[in-house]
Amino acid sequence: MNKINKEIQILLVVIFFSLLVYGGVETYAHKVMHKHVDSKNYEYTDLPAITKTGDPVAGAALVTGAAACTGCHGIKSQDMPAPMDAATAVASYGVTPPDLSTAGILYESNFLAALIKDPVATLKLEHKFDDTKMHPMTAFSGAGGDLDQEVADIVAYFKSIAPQEITPKQAYEDACSRCHEMRYMKATQLGDTPTFKFEKDALAYRVKVLEYQDTLKGYMGKLPPDLSTIIVARSNSFLTTFIEDPQSHLKGTSMPRVGLTADATDKVMTHLTHSGDPAKEIRNSLGWKVILFFIIFSVLAYLWKQSVWSKLH
Amino acid sequence: MAKIRKATSVGDWLDQRLATETIKKVMATEYWIPKNINFLWAMGMVLAVLFLLLVISGIFLLMYYKPDTALAFDSVNYTIMAEVGYGWLWRHIHAVGSSVAFLIIYIHMFTAIYYGSYKNGREMIWISGMVLFILFSTAAFSGYMLPWGQMSYWAGMVITNLFSAGSLELHGVVEWIRGDYVPGDAFLTRFFMIHVLLIPLVIMGAIGLHFGALRIPHVNNQDGEEIDFDTESAKYLAGDTKGSKVMRFQFDFLSKDIFVLGVFLVFFFYLVFYNFTFALDPVNLDPANGLKTPPHIYPEWYFLWSYEILRPFSKDAGLIAFGFAQVILVFLPFLDRSPNVAPANRRGLFAIWFWVLLIDMITLTIMGKLPPEGIFNVIGAAATWTFLGLWVVLPIITMLEKKK
Repeated sequence: MNKINKEIQILLVVIFFSLLVYGGVETYAHKVMHKHVDSKNYEYTDLPAITKTGDPVAGAALVTGAAACTGCHGIKSQDMPAPMDAATAVASYGVTPPDLSTAGILYESNFLAALIKDPVATLKLEHKFDDTKMHPMTAFSGAGGDLDQEVADIVAYFKSIAPQEITPKQAYEDACSRCHEMRYMKATQLGDTPTFKFEKDALAYRVKVLEYQDTLKGYMGKLPPDLSTIIVARSNSFLTTFIEDPQSHLKGTSMPRVGLTADATDKVMTHLTHSGDPAKEIRNSLGWKVILFFIIFSVLAYLWKQSVWSKLH
Repeated sequence: MAKIRKATSVGDWLDQRLATETIKKVMATEYWIPKNINFLWAMGMVLAVLFLLLVISGIFLLMYYKPDTALAFDSVNYTIMAEVGYGWLWRHIHAVGSSVAFLIIYIHMFTAIYYGSYKNGREMIWISGMVLFILFSTAAFSGYMLPWGQMSYWAGMVITNLFSAGSLELHGVVEWIRGDYVPGDAFLTRFFMIHVLLIPLVIMGAIGLHFGALRIPHVNNQDGEEIDFDTESAKYLAGDTKGSKVMRFQFDFLSKDIFVLGVFLVFFFYLVFYNFTFALDPVNLDPANGLKTPPHIYPEWYFLWSYEILRPFSKDAGLIAFGFAQVILVFLPFLDRSPNVAPANRRGLFAIWFWVLLIDMITLTIMGKLPPEGIFNVIGAAATWTFLGLWVVLPIITMLEKKK
C-alpha cells in the first residue's frame, strides 16, 4: 500500500508541474495576449430604440416609393430583382448593395432603424466616410411626415416579409458573402461557384470574380479575408464579439458593424463551422467511445499486472 | 554450417535459421529490470508508442499532403480535414502526439536528472537521449513548416535567420538554408524531405543506440542501488522470483508498462478529441502571408524556454546564450562531479539545484510565450541568468558533495 501511495505522490508532482506549464503558456498567456471584449448581447443599446409602432403597409409604399430603397437594393422574395448586376453594382458602389429579403430576420430592429437614418454612424465607419467621401447608402431624411414613424413603418415592412426561419448558409450569404470569399465551400463574392463544362467558361467566371475583388479591394482598402478556416483560426469569443462590433477588436477596420441579431450570429457561426471544422460533430461523438475503450483497456491491464506481479512480491 | 534438423514447429524452424529463441531471451525474457522502480520508468515505453503513433499517422497524412506553397495549406486544412474520411483524426493524433511527446521527453529527462541515471556508466544513455531530443526538435520544427500557415512561415523566417550568426551577418548561409531569399517553395520542399525521410531514419537509428546503451549499465532504480544483475537474475531463474531484486522485461516489467500506457492513452485521446488547440495554434490556421507579420511570433511550447534565453540579450550575446542552452544539457554527466548515484533528495545541495532548474525552466517557458514587455522582461532576464548560473555552480556543489 505504501508503494502505491508513493506512486500517487509522484504522479501528483508530475501533474502539478504539467498543469503549471499549461496554465502559464495557454490560459494565462492567452489572457495577456488577447484583449477580452464582453458581448453586449446584440442589443445595440448605443442606438436609439424605436418608439413608434410601425405599419408594414405604409412601410411597403415607402420602400418602393419615397424612401427609394429599391433604387439600389433588390428584394428577391417580393419579385423585385436587384436593379444592377453584381459587376455594375460593385463598380458603382464599391460593394454590391444587399438584397433585403431577409433583412427583417438578420438584423436587429433598432439597428435597422438607425441605419436607415444614419448609415455611417450606425455602421461605425465615421473614420472612413465623411462629407468629402460619401458612404454609398444615403441617409433617409423623411418623406414629409414624421421621420420616426416612417422609419418604424419601413422596419415593420422588412420584418413582415422576412422568412420565419433562415438556414446557416443563407444567413452567411446575406450577411457576409458580398465581401468575403469562402473557397472551401466553393463560394465567392459572386455566390456559389457554378460548375462549368469547359475550362474557358470556368476561367471567364474566375476573371469576373477577380475583377469584382479588385473593385472591392479599392473600396475596403484591402481584400477582406477568405473565411474558410476563420472558425478555427480565431476563438469563438473573438468571432462573436467581432461580428457584433468589429471596432472593438480592430480599431479602424473598414469592416462595418453588421447589426446581426444573436440568432443570426449563431447561424453565421454554424456556417463558418461547416467550412472550417466540418468534423466537429463526429469528433465529439466518437471521442468518448475511444476514451472509454482505453479506460477498459487500463482496468484489464491493471488486473493483468497484479496477477503477474503477485509472484514477484 | 549449423546442422539443421527436421523442425518440430514453426518456431523451431525459425529458431534454427534465425536464432529467434536467443533473440527473445536477450531482448525480452532475460532482459533484467530492477523491481525497485515506479511508473516514471514506463515513460520510455510511452515515448516508443508515441513515436509509433507519429509514424503511422504520418504515413496516412503523407498520402494527401502536398509540399507546394500553393497547395500545402489547403491540402492540410481542406483535403485532410474535410474530404478524407477520418483525416482530421490522423492530423490531431499527429499534432497532439508531437506536442505530448515533448511533455513525456521532459518528464523522462527530469526523471533521469532526479535519480542520477546519467552517470557511472550510464553516460551514453543520457547522451544518446539528448541526441534524440535534438532530433525530435528538428522533426517538430520541420513538421511545423508543412501546413504553411502564418506561424509556419514566420517561425521559419525567424529560426533560419538565426543562422546569420548575429554580427557575422552570414546572409549567404541563411539563403543557402532557405534556397531563396525568403521562405518559399524550395524551403518548403526541403523541410518536407527532412521531416518525412531524413529525420525519421536518423531517429530510428538513434532509438536503437539509446536502447543499446542500456544493455551494459542496465536500468537505474529508485534508490540508485548498485545491483549485481548476474546474481539476482540467477536467483530469479532458480525460482526465487520473490527474493530476487530483478524481474524479466517480458512480461513482468511489460505488464506494468502496458497499464501505464493505457492510462496515458486515456489522457492522450482526451486531448486528441477535446483539447487539441494547444497543439494546433489558431494563428497557423491563417494561410502564410509574407506581407503580414502576426502580432506575436512564438514557437511551440516545448521550445519556449530556449527561445526565452535568446531574448534578454543584445543580438550576439543572445545567440551565444541560446547556443549554450542548446548544448549544455548534453554535458550534464561530466558537469556533475559527484560519483553518487542517488535520488536528488538524498544528495544535499543537488536537491536544491534540481528543483531550481525545474522551476527555472518552467518560468522560462512561460515567459517565452508572453510578450517581451514590462515585468515579463525582468522575470525572463532573471530566469535566464539563473539558468546560466546553475551550470556554473553545478560542478562546485557536486564536488562538495560527500561520497556515499
